[in-house]
Amino acid sequence: MSELTSLTIAEARAKLAAKEIKAVELTDAYLSAIEGANGALNAYVAVTPEIARDMAKTSDARIADGKAGVLEGIPLGVKDLFATRDVHTQACSHILDGFKPKYESTVTQNLWDAGAVMLGKLNMDEFAMGSSNENSYYGPAVNPWKAEGSDEKRVPGGSSGGSAVAVAAKLCAGATATDTGGSIRQPAAFTGTVGIKPTYGRCSRFGIVAFASSLDQAGPIARDVRDAAILLKSMASIDPKDTTSVDLPVPDYEKAIGGSVKGMKIGIPREYRIEGMSEEIEALWQQGIAWLKEAGAEIVDISLPHTKYALPAYYIVAPAEASSNLARYDGVRYGLRVDGKDIADMYEKTRAAGFGKEVQRRIMIGTYVLSAGYYDAYYLKAQKVRTLIKRDFELAFEAGVDAILAPITPSSAFAIGDKELAADPVKMYQQDVFTITLNMAGLPGISVPAGLDSKGLPLGLQVIGKPFEEETLFKTAHVIEQAAGKFTPAKWW
Amino acid sequence: MSVDLATVKRVARLARIAVSEEDAARMTGELNGILGFVEQLDEVDVTGVEPMTSVMPMAMKKRADVVTDGGKADAIVANAPATDRNFFQVPKVVE
Repeated sequence: MSELTSLTIAEARAKLAAKEIKAVELTDAYLSAIEGANGALNAYVAVTPEIARDMAKTSDARIADGKAGVLEGIPLGVKDLFATRDVHTQACSHILDGFKPKYESTVTQNLWDAGAVMLGKLNMDEFAMGSSNENSYYGPAVNPWKAEGSDEKRVPGGSSGGSAVAVAAKLCAGATATDTGGSIRQPAAFTGTVGIKPTYGRCSRFGIVAFASSLDQAGPIARDVRDAAILLKSMASIDPKDTTSVDLPVPDYEKAIGGSVKGMKIGIPREYRIEGMSEEIEALWQQGIAWLKEAGAEIVDISLPHTKYALPAYYIVAPAEASSNLARYDGVRYGLRVDGKDIADMYEKTRAAGFGKEVQRRIMIGTYVLSAGYYDAYYLKAQKVRTLIKRDFELAFEAGVDAILAPITPSSAFAIGDKELAADPVKMYQQDVFTITLNMAGLPGISVPAGLDSKGLPLGLQVIGKPFEEETLFKTAHVIEQAAGKFTPAKWW
Repeated sequence: MSVDLATVKRVARLARIAVSEEDAARMTGELNGILGFVEQLDEVDVTGVEPMTSVMPMAMKKRADVVTDGGKADAIVANAPATDRNFFQVPKVVE
């Protein structure tokens, strides 16, 4: 059965359409793979075998009737941040204990409408706050990659750690994820998978548990660039339920794959060459430049002078928005309640017990920067800096740059329980130094595997594009993928 | 700017998070670490810069002013920890 789980979405789609395999067989293959692996990898926090088999049966019937959707019978995992009707939806937080929404997120509904099959809900950092998946109430998801000759368990990155693990370990054909500061791209880089954060507004946020509303954006994690394009096409839509969903038709992203980058101008931002960046990341970046040059692209040096301020500005904007969004968890309407002597005491005890340390920290920062007298000094200032960060990119694009090539992470996946990172929240935040600028500017970015480091761990490169030009990203990432090859972890679980 | 223990307790109260003395002391250090980090923004000259209000320039979408949803009381209270006949139950608020 392991052969079935090795098929990419494009391959499975062809075999299903040709009736060489049945959707039920494919789903069963994944369900047994999950059963065998989840104890070790902790990718799923809820598996939904009955729903999966029912959906697969329906898919087989639709294929037989010639009514197949574009994702008919493709088994997917869903990040626990997406509302799925009557199914575990807890953002991997204790405070949402037992929450089973009575509605479906637009993104997942789009996938089911296209015929996809839901395997279950995937692990993540609580409320998408984290870069290692260690902030999950359900414990960390474990990276299927290990360093050569080492048995040390590594983080898959975060916050979409479970999504990245499930895709890399073949526990789903593809997965939904979300990216507020790097939460799709960093885990994709750490696991040798492809992840794209589309332009803000491309995927509806309706039914996605809100973290920082002006930054949150959904996207897929997939085995290769083509699969990511296939998934994004179905996830994206124009949605009247989200006022920030953009009124632009969704292109057929898959058509961009195989396109040439000849004559394209690729910008190399000098500010991304940061202190403490490993030599291996620098070498990988140079390799990526060489590949694109060979493919006929023109390489130009560019400057994005406000890059270093993206991270501090983010740690004002994101916590401020989070403190507002997370005010709704009060022990009244859903989830956990801890009784108190009066209603305020109940709120305080519920929130103290229900939120993990990192979430509490961010709510506290957000509450402080929004509190009377501090708004101008922090939030307003950060929003002005954000304008400058966006302008940097606009100037580069106006000067003729078509896309930007940059690293994604300062290093490869680190060990679970890394003491240095655990001791200093700011150190952990710096994991997102290359990814966060895009969220601040709303731009799309794709993470594509580009090689292995000296320890045998995957590293990725990031292609950044103009608003709503995801096709350019798929085209460019595919050129890198063709040159770099694909990377699969050796099975130890 | 940095925060002291009393400020941390006041902010925790505003955020409706119960904190012990120990928590408050730990948080004071952590919050000051983060506030120290964001202080870098003081280097940036933002004179005459408009704050970002919408990351993608677009007119806010409006919909027709009509009822599109409703009549779902059971669904709305379905996940509540304590309910009574489609009401959310909370500890007594008014004596």
